[in-house]
Amino acid sequence: MAFLILRRLVQTALILFGVAAITFLLLYALPADPARMIAGRSATAQTVANIRHELGLDQPLLSQFWNYLMGLTEGNLGRSYAQKTDVGALIAARLPATLILMAAGIFVEVALGLILGVIAAVRRGGPVDRLVMMASFVGVSAPQFVAALLLLYVFAVTLAWFPMSGFGTFAHVVLPATTLGILGAGWYARMVRSAMIDVLNQDYVRTARAKGLSSARIVFRHALPNALLPIIAMIGIDIGQFMSGVVVVEAVYGWPGIGQLAWQAIQQVDIPIIMGVTLVSALAIVIGNLVADLIAPLIDPRIRAR
Amino acid sequence: MRILKSMIRQPSALFGLAIVALVIFMAVAAPLIAPYNPDEQMFDGLTLEGAPMPPSAQFLLGTDTLGRDLFSRLLYGARTSLIIGLVANGIAVAIGLLIGILSGYMRGLVGNALIRFTDLMMAFPALLLAIVLAALLRPSLWIVAMVIALVNWVQVARIVYTETRGLVERDFILAERSLGAGHLRILFHHILPHLMPTAIVWGTLGIATTVLLEATLSFLGIGVQPPTPSWGNIIFESQSYFQAAPWLVFIPGAVILLTALSFNLVGDALRDILDPTQRGRG
Repeated sequence: MAFLILRRLVQTALILFGVAAITFLLLYALPADPARMIAGRSATAQTVANIRHELGLDQPLLSQFWNYLMGLTEGNLGRSYAQKTDVGALIAARLPATLILMAAGIFVEVALGLILGVIAAVRRGGPVDRLVMMASFVGVSAPQFVAALLLLYVFAVTLAWFPMSGFGTFAHVVLPATTLGILGAGWYARMVRSAMIDVLNQDYVRTARAKGLSSARIVFRHALPNALLPIIAMIGIDIGQFMSGVVVVEAVYGWPGIGQLAWQAIQQVDIPIIMGVTLVSALAIVIGNLVADLIAPLIDPRIRAR
Repeated sequence: MRILKSMIRQPSALFGLAIVALVIFMAVAAPLIAPYNPDEQMFDGLTLEGAPMPPSAQFLLGTDTLGRDLFSRLLYGARTSLIIGLVANGIAVAIGLLIGILSGYMRGLVGNALIRFTDLMMAFPALLLAIVLAALLRPSLWIVAMVIALVNWVQVARIVYTETRGLVERDFILAERSLGAGHLRILFHHILPHLMPTAIVWGTLGIATTVLLEATLSFLGIGVQPPTPSWGNIIFESQSYFQAAPWLVFIPGAVILLTALSFNLVGDALRDILDPTQRGRG
């Protein structure tokens, strides 16, 4: 067990190294000349050369990569082209808002997905099941920016139940979190349904039924805990979906998180900021996967025994 | 034929097929159906105050902020979405198949390196990676297709890898090998045919993902660039105006949703038909 955890940690470290290598290549090797991008269009050749020297861009690629890695360990994500400030600081300032939004979004997604998935599995084959499955298909196929604009139009513009945009109170969170949650809820409903159906077909559930236990007790005490396992394994993939969704949702609702930061950076072709947000997202995904793998044996003794 | 027949029996798959056929028809016949030139900024396409016109007999779905006919732009937008859907997803499935088969079949350094690289790519959120690439490359229609292909092959590769690993262990491959079959023969005659169902299913489901990703990139302003109409950039161009002219956002939005939904329904039905073990598991 300890060996497995150690192996998993080493794998994670290697993936993080690979992530950094790819980011570095995209950031420094692809753009024609980062120094010129930072200096701006009207800069003289001398200014550009100075910036190039200052950033170490005149050094060989490998030593640049080394410097980049050392910088990353200190939280240095490079410097914004447009805002001329440290990308790490910009992201750190906006991370809390995004984390609040993600927590609320995950709550919506898991709650909705679990409820719908369990109902569909219990009523398998019936009209309720078909309705839930159809709704989950629509949820999965809906472009997030259209869902965001639709909720905005109905609940903020027309009904005026919630504010159009901004940050601060509970009412501000509702629409963006719902938008973020809908997509994932579709996935979760489908996964919970199929996992529940597998479990409900197993012998021990039949035994529980034969003992005369109530349906509610069978579903919630006996079946659901076992059906949750494949869902926990989804955490990593789910965080990836969320980080993508955050850009669109924060842009539409004017939510001051890292997604909005990335969106503003897109308009200014401020690549270090986009890259920084990508790197932070990748970090979140890798950690999410690691946590999912470490939690699984705590919940399921069968994995521990292996 | 057998596949088509069993699809028609399911109402949801039939609905999906019908919409897919309609979108293809829209794209192919756009020049014949479109009442106006999609790029023409018409003088009578704006109200006296210079606002877009709501749907009417003259402009079936209304006009956009520049006085262009929305219906005509949607028809031509279907071309953009389908071209990107087919090209980008086709390339993504091809790359995914290649890397998945190679990493699953080859033991040792190369196979290992390929699957590790695939895992590494999975650590990046698709949209953000696409944004980075699109921002670096200054997009055109084909660049957007390439960017999406470079992002979307990863999932296919992972699935193909797992399936190939399973196939390699099977007795008929071992038998074939002991009879002296070469690697190429085993790969092309025995492994690839078994992967075709997966390729077909992902070739369909992936179009939904691709259409959504293109629309999102265009909505963010780094996908297909106006004046070339794309469903995403129609919304991008009118979003600041959407309270006054909601049809400019919600009609293309509904079209994107229906298209993605239909490809998902068809792909799902294909999976049920081609892989009976997965039936009804969602």
